[in-house]
Amino acid sequence: MLILHCPYCGVDADETELAPGGEAHLKRFGPGSSDAEFEAYLFQRENPKGVHFERWRHANGCGKWFHAARCTTTNEVFGTYSAQVTEPPRDIHDKITGKRPGWLSRWLS
Amino acid sequence: MSDLASPLPGVAVSGIAEVRELGLRGMITIKGDLALPLVNSTATGVSGVDFPDRGQANYVGERGLCWMAPDEIMVLTPYAEAAGDTAHIAHVLRDTHSLVANVSDARCLFEVSGASAREVLSKLTPADMHPDRFRPGAFRRTRLAQVPAAVWMRDDQTIEVFAFRSAARYVSDLLANAARPGTAVGYY
Repeated sequence: MLILHCPYCGVDADETELAPGGEAHLKRFGPGSSDAEFEAYLFQRENPKGVHFERWRHANGCGKWFHAARCTTTNEVFGTYSAQVTEPPRDIHDKITGKRPGWLSRWLS
Repeated sequence: MSDLASPLPGVAVSGIAEVRELGLRGMITIKGDLALPLVNSTATGVSGVDFPDRGQANYVGERGLCWMAPDEIMVLTPYAEAAGDTAHIAHVLRDTHSLVANVSDARCLFEVSGASAREVLSKLTPADMHPDRFRPGAFRRTRLAQVPAAVWMRDDQTIEVFAFRSAARYVSDLLANAARPGTAVGYY
């Protein structure tokens, strides 16, 4: 059972209180984009074995969307963070690097 | 004038805990920036209690404030005064980006009391009802089996359960079943 800490209301919410929102940090390609970009935005998703970033909504709770970083193989949760960001915050990034040295980050700076 | 009635007037069940319907209560939802002094002071002014911390509820008599979400607070009032209070709050906040709604008739209210009250709720909700985590004053929105609900720890042995009125019978049956005599687990 997955338990995620809601960063908005501060409770540890059980999976059954949450609604999944799919992959996080997608960039929207709308009017004016190429067909290939639009197709990728609509249909192409990461399906990693390991570190993954997801959107969740605390549906049976405060109702807010938030982000979570977790491992798809062990279900280890690295952390949850605000929905108002376009990439994982530094502390989450560092925490994952500490636990999964050598993981391939899309946001390496 | 129609007669106003709660969904299951007088329903009460006794088992490992006492379950009873609490009748009508005024509930006013305020959505907005809770950090704004005007929103904050209007809520505390109408309810007469301090603004609650995250995940808490404060009350005095029939009036109180329940923390619902980072941008939502619920004002508790006597049922008969909810409409007037709603109009007052809406008037005060008329120039502030906000939403004020009288939701009294959308809700039903139950009380679960007794030494096993926590256990009755634990059978139905994924929320952690442990005495060390869910202390008196705590207020949490969660679910009971298949419907959304909020649970409020009034004191160490009294829990108030808020749910949607349309699910009143379902919630009542859930609580009654969870409180059946002889079903104590003795976990807490």
